Amino acid sequence: MLTKNAAGVKARKRLCMTVNGRAVEIEIDIRESLLDVLRDRLQFTGVKQGCSVGECGACTVLIDGTPMNSCIYLAAWAHGKTITTIEGLAQDGLLTPVQEAFVDEGAIQCGFCTPGVVLSTTAMVDSGKSFTHDEVRRELSGHLCRCTGYQKIVDAAERALREAATAADESPV
Amino acid sequence: MRGYLPDFDVRVPASLGEALALLAQAPGTLTPLAGGTDLMVVYNAGRLKPTRFLDLSRIDELRGIREAAGAMTFGALSTFTDLRECAAVHRHFPNLVKSARATGALAIQNRGTLGGNIANASPAADTPPSLLAYGAEVELLSVRGSRRVAYDRFHLGYKVMDLAPDELVAAIHVPLPTGRGFHYFRKVGTRQAQAISKVCLAAWARVEGGVVADLRIGLGSVAPAPIRARHAEAVLLGQALATLPIEAAQAALLEDISPIGDIRATARYRSVVTRNVLGHMLRELATL
Repeated sequence: MLTKNAAGVKARKRLCMTVNGRAVEIEIDIRESLLDVLRDRLQFTGVKQGCSVGECGACTVLIDGTPMNSCIYLAAWAHGKTITTIEGLAQDGLLTPVQEAFVDEGAIQCGFCTPGVVLSTTAMVDSGKSFTHDEVRRELSGHLCRCTGYQKIVDAAERALREAATAADESPV
Repeated sequence: MRGYLPDFDVRVPASLGEALALLAQAPGTLTPLAGGTDLMVVYNAGRLKPTRFLDLSRIDELRGIREAAGAMTFGALSTFTDLRECAAVHRHFPNLVKSARATGALAIQNRGTLGGNIANASPAADTPPSLLAYGAEVELLSVRGSRRVAYDRFHLGYKVMDLAPDELVAAIHVPLPTGRGFHYFRKVGTRQAQAISKVCLAAWARVEGGVVADLRIGLGSVAPAPIRARHAEAVLLGQALATLPIEAAQAALLEDISPIGDIRATARYRSVVTRNVLGHMLRELATL
């Protein structure tokens, strides 16, 4: 691959970030999106490429805990940041409570939108805030489900939020 | 990496001074890049003309929302989420919160910036109508110094701005509304969430003794750039709420707008709906 582009600019850059708890150091092309790097170079194929314009939410990852569309996020911006993809949630084969909620509610059809929705829901749960039904719908409105299984997705998100709130109430101070 | 851009370059200044110096070195060759939520879309589609970018992501001087001397100052890198989560913005500028919520969806709001929403100069952007309604000023910085431009004189035509090639949109100043205020924001899109506006109207009015003492109406998606509805405002200023000349204002509004037909709506649709939204706004104002 070219090391310098037509303008004589060094087109490659060393990127250091943490992905799913592990330090990653990789040489990237400065034109690459974070989606390109996560999927094609690091094989985190749970990050899906949908619309490529930041509308469908399939490529959503958490960057320092905040949901972002990785398709319109330059990989170079991830330098020094902590990335969570869907592969980073389950530990030792044990699903997170948010993932369990999606399974329990049957909120998965073809599964293409699922990684993004689960990550956005995880960020909502981690925020510790409470959300009304309408707020849950609004928070998840950046995820398009072409199977149109929205009702169960919202049910699953509300279950995950409810269970997290209950767990917080019952935990010893 | 869909876009093939052999000359692609991203400069990443560590400070505001360095950024302004880079802009001054070869004015017009570097395109400021903030959240990338507009530019990266065009890039992925392979339709991005600029190839050299000034990445503002490390310039902390351009962040933050501050209140001082009767105004609120938004650093150009304030995100839509920053606006949504700031209690003072909710208190003083409810239309701005609604604008921020109406822009894309959550992941876009986490990344997109107020300065980018202005400098991208899309006529369909959703914060500009609110900024127009609140009488905002834009602060522009260059190595030559700083200047402020009233936001209603900043957009000069389609993607044409009162912005020199070496200048950067650094901050947005919005005076705190005083008196008995009326705030109205309405976006019309194809669906409730993350649609691009067919029509967007934001208004702020100050009412004194049952009379419209002050009024600004900002419009999106009905002209080559975000605009004030000055003809409609003129008809309404000084009028009593009890006898608002709604139909005359709606007629005057047609002097303000010059909608086009495109993929999202016909010109006639935009014209009729803008009139209707203004009518809705004025009927709400009448009951204040």
